[in-house]
Amino acid sequence: MIVSKKIVLHFPSRLVDQPIIYRLIKEYDLSFNILKASVIPDEEGLLVLELSGEQSNYDRGIKYLTKTGVKIQSLSQNVLRNESRCTHCGACITICPTNAFELDKISRQVIFINEKCIACGLCIKACPPRAMELHF
Amino acid sequence: MLRTIKEINEKIKLGKAVIATAEEIIDIVKKKGIPQAAKKVDIVTTGTFSPMCSSGAYFNIGHTKPRIKLGGGRVCINDVPAYTGLAASDIFIGANALPDDDPRNRLHPGEFNYGGGHVIEEIVAGKDVRLVANAYGTDCYPRKKLETWLNINDINQAVLFNPRNAYQNYNVAVNLSDKTLYTYMGILKPKLGNANFSTAGQMSPLFNDPYYKTIGIGTRLFLGGGIGYIAWWGTQHNPNVPRNDFGVPSRPAATLAFIGDLKQMNQKWLVGTSMIGYGVTLTVGIGIPIPILSDEILKFTSITDADITAPVVDYSKAYPQCNPDILAEVNYAQLKSGNISIEGKKIPTASLSSYAGAVSIANSLKQWLQDGKFLLSEPVAPIPQSGSDYHLKPLTERPIRLQ
Repeated sequence: MIVSKKIVLHFPSRLVDQPIIYRLIKEYDLSFNILKASVIPDEEGLLVLELSGEQSNYDRGIKYLTKTGVKIQSLSQNVLRNESRCTHCGACITICPTNAFELDKISRQVIFINEKCIACGLCIKACPPRAMELHF
Repeated sequence: MLRTIKEINEKIKLGKAVIATAEEIIDIVKKKGIPQAAKKVDIVTTGTFSPMCSSGAYFNIGHTKPRIKLGGGRVCINDVPAYTGLAASDIFIGANALPDDDPRNRLHPGEFNYGGGHVIEEIVAGKDVRLVANAYGTDCYPRKKLETWLNINDINQAVLFNPRNAYQNYNVAVNLSDKTLYTYMGILKPKLGNANFSTAGQMSPLFNDPYYKTIGIGTRLFLGGGIGYIAWWGTQHNPNVPRNDFGVPSRPAATLAFIGDLKQMNQKWLVGTSMIGYGVTLTVGIGIPIPILSDEILKFTSITDADITAPVVDYSKAYPQCNPDILAEVNYAQLKSGNISIEGKKIPTASLSSYAGAVSIANSLKQWLQDGKFLLSEPVAPIPQSGSDYHLKPLTERPIRLQ
């Protein structure tokens, strides 16, 4: 079975100079799409990936990453909506590049579809009541 | 005339008034026709929940011992400057006010995370806010410095006073240029990348009473989750604009000024708001009841999104240069479908006004009326009407030359 998941990898500073993703791809036969990457000097590296491959390879790959000391989070946990601040205006809808916001035709409320989110962060400052929060 | 406001109030007190929201009335009229619907329904409730810049609040904080004269001095609440040109212990804070050390647009686009609108939201929420004052000292008001926590429950008066809200129609903002614009109408992507609008359409108060036949000075209404009143017509009020067959203006037209006791309002309906690259403001919830005094008034309340058109304006040139040019007219049914077509291009649309919020406000107002908690008021004076000689003027500059 082929799986495809969006994950967030936190690299401790000691691992930043190692070819971890290269090994992950080569040895576990996984394919990847980089959604976001940043390295903060002396602190940590952050990589948001869409990782796909055979379930068994995927599981072994994740095991390898954990063993090396990389911290893994599922992407959907990273961009959250503070429900008490959202006014359901809709300013985010045309700003999001992956259409993760939709207006519900019946309730006219703005729905946030977590699975479509790639954590680019464009909605954070575009949201007038600042209801969108990034938690990396 | 079908009924008077006095008669409607008697029915409200008995719990017998028939109330529909501006959305529900559309279907009622479709099923029953106007005369039957007008006979049945006493009141139509409207609503709008949108960023409304010309908003603010004034406070009387009570006298200190020894006394301090804030008037003519300097006051900040949570580092946001308040206006002190009133009297010894009266201050006013505007929704657009920014802390002195806010970087504004020095690094464009500025974030504008906190300002007057947020201070008002925190005060309404019952949070303690930090007041820092410097005064010059007089014989009768000797004190020169004051630093204290302040809470809405402890001060004498806290009054929301918004000089211009509830715009009757507004521009649809687009961007013809090749760079992203950061405006009070939101982020506008280059080359007609998106279109932003900002009214609740068929739910919006002034679309349901387009000639201000029932809405006037003294009208009691839902303001910020509590009860408020129309204080005056709003600044930039402009009733003499083109209107369609339904009497609805096809350009920004009337505005209203609102006043109400902040102490009975709710932070859910007064939300501090940040417009990236533009500034801070306040998102305000307003709902106005419309008494169905005649068939004609009911007909106005049955307006639908498809019957209301708005002008599409380019915010890269026409708006900043104050040119009257418009690119097209579109209706709110098209805007709410998610796309409009301009110059042959399909453009995704988004709203800055919360339709879900507008419906919720109209339903709250309906509930208050059903519970007999809210009575209608007779307006004490009309606001300037269409056909009057009331016009909106740009500023004619007269350069000041040294003698």
